[in-house]
Amino acid sequence: MTHFFDFRYALQIMPALLHACLYTIGITIVGFAIALVLGLVLALLRRSPVRVVSRSTGFVVEFIRSTPLLIQVYVLFYVAPLYGLTMSALMAGTIGIAVHYACYVSEVYRAGLNGVPRGQWEAACALSLSRSRTYRDVVLPQAIRPVIPALGNYLVAMFKDTPVLSAITVVELMQQAKNIGSETFRYLEPITMTGLFFLVISITFASGVRHLERRVRLP
Amino acid sequence: MGDLKELLPLLLKGTGVTISIAVCAIVLAVAMAGTATALRSAPWRPVRWLANAYVEVFRGTSLLVQLFWFFFVLPLPPFHIEMTPFTVAIVGLGLHYGAYGSEILRGALRSVPGGQYEAALALNMSARTRLFRVVLPQAMINALPPGTNLMIELIKGTSLVSLITLSDLTFRARQLDEATFKTAEIFALTLVIYFVIAQALVLVMRRVERRVSHGILTGVAR
Repeated sequence: MTHFFDFRYALQIMPALLHACLYTIGITIVGFAIALVLGLVLALLRRSPVRVVSRSTGFVVEFIRSTPLLIQVYVLFYVAPLYGLTMSALMAGTIGIAVHYACYVSEVYRAGLNGVPRGQWEAACALSLSRSRTYRDVVLPQAIRPVIPALGNYLVAMFKDTPVLSAITVVELMQQAKNIGSETFRYLEPITMTGLFFLVISITFASGVRHLERRVRLP
Repeated sequence: MGDLKELLPLLLKGTGVTISIAVCAIVLAVAMAGTATALRSAPWRPVRWLANAYVEVFRGTSLLVQLFWFFFVLPLPPFHIEMTPFTVAIVGLGLHYGAYGSEILRGALRSVPGGQYEAALALNMSARTRLFRVVLPQAMINALPPGTNLMIELIKGTSLVSLITLSDLTFRARQLDEATFKTAEIFALTLVIYFVIAQALVLVMRRVERRVSHGILTGVAR
């Protein structure tokens, strides 16, 4: 017990942590995939010509963005079952984090959409393209490309928010480390290792995003 | 409505704790952001390296992991640093968001045109005057909007301190939920309270922004 950092013990708990790490990464990937699609839907709804739709979407996005993820996850896990929507902790957590980040992502898309020059819309109109074709073939490709790095940053942010899900008993990396700690009364190694895992993975992600930034830069 | 009268006082008690943590943490975060930014441009390389390491480590790991680390690991050997949950919350939030704030501040300082710095130098201003009268006031205009967003993130982050046994708003909500089973009402009310706090902060910061950018035509003479 007098060791500063017991490497033997660290090696021993490594497999359990790595296994939990897969959950963390899985939640991030599935959640981000949902967030990308839902965020686009929200961004488009916010531009809807129907006032009621765009206003209410704006309010919902603003509301979700300025309230804590933890409570939103609690709502999905504890309140939704009262209305007959029972989910496993893993599912509630993934959906919660996905919806939360969908709102952030929708703001990113919005910035991208606003960045498309007016002339592009007018040209599409002059060619009498339908509204869906205008979006699909003209506007969206130009809107999304410049915001890919910003989207990548939210992927990293989302990855770092997954430990919040441990509050509703999802056994991801943080929860696993805590469980190990409470079994052996050694918290130093598991929690420090969790921190290191997060650091390594998010720095890797971040350098990947920087790489992507250079590659997708518009000529 | 009867429910509301019953639940609100207890939730407001938690809101008080949340706000006091948020205020203390914001003060610490601003101080940390300033210090880290200053140290990152220090002439001495190890200091620069240390400040960069601080920012990267706190930005690269998750807030909850940091809070748990401070809460569970520090009291054990070899550290033996025992802090109350309240201190852990403030230190954890302050250090975490201070690292993010440092990035904002650095970007804002960089956005001040070089000519301003040179002009201040030509007028023979001291380094202190140069920073506080010329560079910082202009950097503030660019630092405040993202700074406001970061403060909202911090307020949202305070909900995590309920997991280290601090009786903030989220903790009270969970407690009430277990006692009364009025789950939907309690969590809806909690969300609304957080939303109101965030909106109030935005209103205040808008005023500060207007104050700071008073008399400056943005986008002109750059």
